[in-house]
Amino acid sequence: MTAKAIADKRTLVEYLEAKARRLRWDIIKMVGLARSGHPGGSLSAADIVTTLFFHEMKHKPENKNWPDRDRFVLSKGHAAPVLYAALAESGYFPREDLWTLRKIDSHLQGHPDMRKTPGVEISTGSLGMGFSTAVGMALGLRLDGRNSRVYTLIGDGESQEGIIWEAAMFAAQHKLDNLVGILDYNNMQIDGLVSEIVDIQPVVAKWPAFGWHVIEINGHKVEQILDALDEARSIKGKPTMIVANTIKGKCVSFMERVVDFHGKAPTDEEVDKALAEIEALGPLG
Amino acid sequence: MSEKRATREAYGEALVELGHEYPNIVVLEADLAKSTTTIKFKKEFPERFFDCGVAEQNMMAMAAGLATTGKVCYTGSFAIFATGRAFEQVRNTISYPKLNVKICPTHAGITVGPDGASHQTVEDIALMRVIPGMMVIVPADFYEAKKAIKVAVEVEGPVFIRLGRAAVPTIFDDSYNFVPGKAVRLREGQDVSILATGIMVGAGLKSAEDLGRQGISAEVVNVSTIKPLDEETILSSVEKTGKVVVAEEHSIIGGLGSAVAELLCEKHPVPVARVGIKDQFGRSGEPAELLKHYGLTSEDISQAARQLTAY
Repeated sequence: MTAKAIADKRTLVEYLEAKARRLRWDIIKMVGLARSGHPGGSLSAADIVTTLFFHEMKHKPENKNWPDRDRFVLSKGHAAPVLYAALAESGYFPREDLWTLRKIDSHLQGHPDMRKTPGVEISTGSLGMGFSTAVGMALGLRLDGRNSRVYTLIGDGESQEGIIWEAAMFAAQHKLDNLVGILDYNNMQIDGLVSEIVDIQPVVAKWPAFGWHVIEINGHKVEQILDALDEARSIKGKPTMIVANTIKGKCVSFMERVVDFHGKAPTDEEVDKALAEIEALGPLG
Repeated sequence: MSEKRATREAYGEALVELGHEYPNIVVLEADLAKSTTTIKFKKEFPERFFDCGVAEQNMMAMAAGLATTGKVCYTGSFAIFATGRAFEQVRNTISYPKLNVKICPTHAGITVGPDGASHQTVEDIALMRVIPGMMVIVPADFYEAKKAIKVAVEVEGPVFIRLGRAAVPTIFDDSYNFVPGKAVRLREGQDVSILATGIMVGAGLKSAEDLGRQGISAEVVNVSTIKPLDEETILSSVEKTGKVVVAEEHSIIGGLGSAVAELLCEKHPVPVARVGIKDQFGRSGEPAELLKHYGLTSEDISQAARQLTAY
């Protein structure tokens, strides 16, 4: 069953929620095996990435270079585990590959590498740059007259980078309505709370001030994500930024809102506990 | 008196010719279209020209994104901003994924002139050369620049082409055939090899003439591709002469002088003199005054050659 075939919204939401649990399970498992990586921001983005890959975006894992596909750019590249989980679940590569994350000879690098991993649209990891490349992609696709859309996930700490706002102005200037940004707003960065380090507030006002359409949602409510993506599709003449309020480490009790799990792997014991918690939430998709 | 033209003039001209030939060429500019001469492309192909404003980092990363959609992106700006401010975008978004972006900044070196040190790059070759897989080209004159810019479209992956602001004497003509990665022996000699790049090639040729009158036979090699270095041509010249003067309008640290010294230390150790900017920043002045001040004239090359051959 694919998400596209589900007519009933409630069934679709349940389907996507189960997929998101699968992605979260895989994230914990792979980061645990890698003994390093970024679980917190991968878990906060899981519902958004799931909804994009398993409902919103048109893409063909069996023909990854299909020119008319929609593009996803993980600008917050450290959340690579959530992207890899989504790519494996979509069928871009075997799921067992996930357990090689960050190992020498693995195609799954610590941060996404377009030349190594099937389905990665562009190499990211240095913050701010992925967002800017997504603007370039949207421009290129429009030049070619394709109706492909570009989705890019940015972080809140990442929003402190100047290039984000350079790219924001360019995208608005050129009315790139085939571009959708999603801000994974968990209010946590490596050194602490975004609001206490260099606050990005009032971020819901900043994006319209930069010429973007803005939608604020709860980034863990699949229904709200679906509605926001629908709304973005209807907006013409400007790009859309979805400000998704999220919780770092979402769905693992001892990781939720814990800054340390930004870039720290769980221990073997913590992995077992986390996987059990995720399984207890419902079936895995 | 030979013709004088700036290498930057080749940029706009070459882009227009490429634009007619390749529908997938896109030009990105950062508010310097008149100075870099990309305005010529803008007039001809406005739909494929994007002025990114004063935002070089975004320009470079967007070029990478455009390249993923099958475009060949030419990006400009001044060398200081393209290679300095946007270094990490060039490194991480363009070079690491080996994307088809051609970085052709103008106003490199001290011959920018009166604008002074803030706008004069003496480090750009070093910065680009150290990036894995980056091709680095420093054309000697207008004609070589034009050929290099056009040939770069057929090179898969990132290419850096260093262009200058000042009008300098031309050496070649329209019939010149530029081959990426190939150094060209412009003058045969026995006593010393002058390996020059960029506008110093002209000075090297003048120096070789002067040296000839003084009884020193100098060979002149135009090393326009600094990376990958044409080891074969350089070694064959050096094996013959046994002495090397390297000349470049760049810091003696990290540029052609370093590249040659690295090669010769490993493969054929011989005395090497580096004519270049000696770990200093530039300053305001006219290009000719600056070249004299920083020791980048034909006479400086000759002096270095005389010292080496006096051993």
